[in-house]
Amino acid sequence: MAALPQSIDETLTLLQSGDYVADRALATVIFLALKLGRPILLEGEAGVGKTEIAKVLAKTLGRDLIRLQCYEGLDVASAVYEWNYAGQMMAIRLAEAGGATDRTELENDVFSEKYLIKRPLLQALEPHVNGAPILLIDELDRTDEAFEAFLLEVLSDFQVTVPELGTIKAAHAPIVIVTSNRTREIHDALKRRCLYHWVGYPNAERELKILKSRAPDAPAKLSQEIVSFVQAIRKEDLFKAPGVAETLDWAQALVELDAVALDPELVTDTLGVLLKYQDDIQKMQASDLKAKIDSLKA
Amino acid sequence: MSGRLAENITFFARALREAGLPIGPGAVLDAVEAVEAAQIGTKQDFFWTLHAVFVKKHEHSAVFAQAFGLFWKRRALIEKIIATLSPHSPGAPPDDKKPDAGALRAAQALLKQSKNEEIKEEQIEFNARLTVSEREILQRKDFAQMTADEVRDARRLIETMQMPDDWVKTRRFRPDARGLRIDARRTLRAALRSGGNAMHLERRERAEVHPPVVAICDISGSMAEYTRTFLHFLHALTDKRRHVETFLFGTRLTNVTRALRRRDPDEALARCSEEVKDWAGGTRISTSLHRFNVDWSRRVLTQGAIVLLFTDGLERDGTTELGREMDRLHRSCRKLVWLNPLLRWGGFEAKAEGIRAMLPHVDEFRPIHNLNAMKTLVEALSAKPSLATDPRAWLRRAS
Repeated sequence: MAALPQSIDETLTLLQSGDYVADRALATVIFLALKLGRPILLEGEAGVGKTEIAKVLAKTLGRDLIRLQCYEGLDVASAVYEWNYAGQMMAIRLAEAGGATDRTELENDVFSEKYLIKRPLLQALEPHVNGAPILLIDELDRTDEAFEAFLLEVLSDFQVTVPELGTIKAAHAPIVIVTSNRTREIHDALKRRCLYHWVGYPNAERELKILKSRAPDAPAKLSQEIVSFVQAIRKEDLFKAPGVAETLDWAQALVELDAVALDPELVTDTLGVLLKYQDDIQKMQASDLKAKIDSLKA
Repeated sequence: MSGRLAENITFFARALREAGLPIGPGAVLDAVEAVEAAQIGTKQDFFWTLHAVFVKKHEHSAVFAQAFGLFWKRRALIEKIIATLSPHSPGAPPDDKKPDAGALRAAQALLKQSKNEEIKEEQIEFNARLTVSEREILQRKDFAQMTADEVRDARRLIETMQMPDDWVKTRRFRPDARGLRIDARRTLRAALRSGGNAMHLERRERAEVHPPVVAICDISGSMAEYTRTFLHFLHALTDKRRHVETFLFGTRLTNVTRALRRRDPDEALARCSEEVKDWAGGTRISTSLHRFNVDWSRRVLTQGAIVLLFTDGLERDGTTELGREMDRLHRSCRKLVWLNPLLRWGGFEAKAEGIRAMLPHVDEFRPIHNLNAMKTLVEALSAKPSLATDPRAWLRRAS
């Protein structure tokens, strides 16, 4: 377990050591969250590296990563805890067959930790060998308001109540990272609890650094061209602009194809790695790709 | 930490609030704590530290940046604060001078001035546009006040409204004696209560909720006479249902959801009137739908949303563009319902080019005889799908 960073600069270095190229704004938010023990809410388009932040933090700080992937209809049974009903029923049957008569004792036995199945939120509150874990609550916008309200309670006190067992409280609060793709607005009350940061597309300089650190196999000239091209098409009126994840995928794809420089034919053939909507691909193919690529090289 | 810092942050928070950011007193305390924790060395760090606490929405970022510049520029305030905060310097000599008497007012005035500048810029932009597009007319709109009867009738009508397919099953469960699935938890608890001799199986079923409704309404000149009715309808609907998002468009798209959340219908409509700049002017359906598709569709068309599109479909610009945008919209939502008031003329046929471009991409086409009364609007929405609402039938009839 590594010590928490003591300044914004240290935070930047820490992220850098995990191959995450962050800007100073993001480092500031992460530093403050660690220092003040507040959850971070990261919003941004898909593929800009929100989830990655949690993974890198877990790796560099040497903490366990507990991930709760949200989806519509996520409920307490799959997020916090559930009882092992089959096991419980078996226990009741066996007790009956054995002629047990004390109902209170049976109830205490059946509703004990032995039959409790712990889901991510409860796991995050337990003591961990590597120190307080990183709790990643991914794509919160996919779940509904009811779950959000429940989460609010967990995030303010870091405790959960299991009616049959009592309240379970974390000795050390986990480091919480919440991400959202903004397919719906997160409620103000939850936002108030968190430090907010909008993860935007990186500028050319930072994107090149990311590419060099994550796809070191790509030739320098090709990397430069890839970044310029992606930066240029992000400015166009597309339904979904490519994220950093797409840039990296594309770079990997081009390396696999042994490309050393961009040419219109190569771009046309691999456009599907970069753009995921047919309208966008058509629009790009219809435009003058050659002129675009030439202008990048100029 | 010096009281001066807390004071200045309080003033800054007030200035932000004035500029429209929702900032509670808790945020001010958080900000002071954060600034102390961050050991700030540069102006940039100070900016991002306050940003992390005060900005809770991407849209507010620009306002924050502007207010930050205006507020902290004064009297080299920021340098002094950094000097006292920086771990490298032992602390700047204390500033004995009291803050200027008008400091707060000055900041507010600055902010107000900047708002005016924004408006000016917008007007310039509009003037420039006027030369290329002939039809954008910016104007205010005054709605007649609602009578008490109207408000009461609206409530009652919304209660009775039953849109087809208006329930979606969620993935959550509720107890239901006739449900198909067994509720293990309740079964087990009941078994314990009864001593475990005979087990009564408790059951559960999927809970159902209303899907979100997204209304996209045309408020151009040709629709002007209906605007009041459908805004009133949407206000009542916003009041009644969980998720209703409303967008108005003439030549540009405006989201008026927050305005319609005001409880009082007159106040809500007055708010709308303030926010929208292009009442009763020209129409650019495809441009407006394009903006919706790019900026909003992914944010509001979730969890099986139904889209209600109020427009007469009289588009003058390119109809191929319109077809493409309608197609995109149609594929992003669960159901697309088009309400068209053109049927007020008895022999309406889907002949206009814009209408023919839009029809293939809607699930239901609901023409309305008289959109002036909310009753007919509710009836049109509640009607069972039939040949009269089938867009393909309308296309066939017209060809």
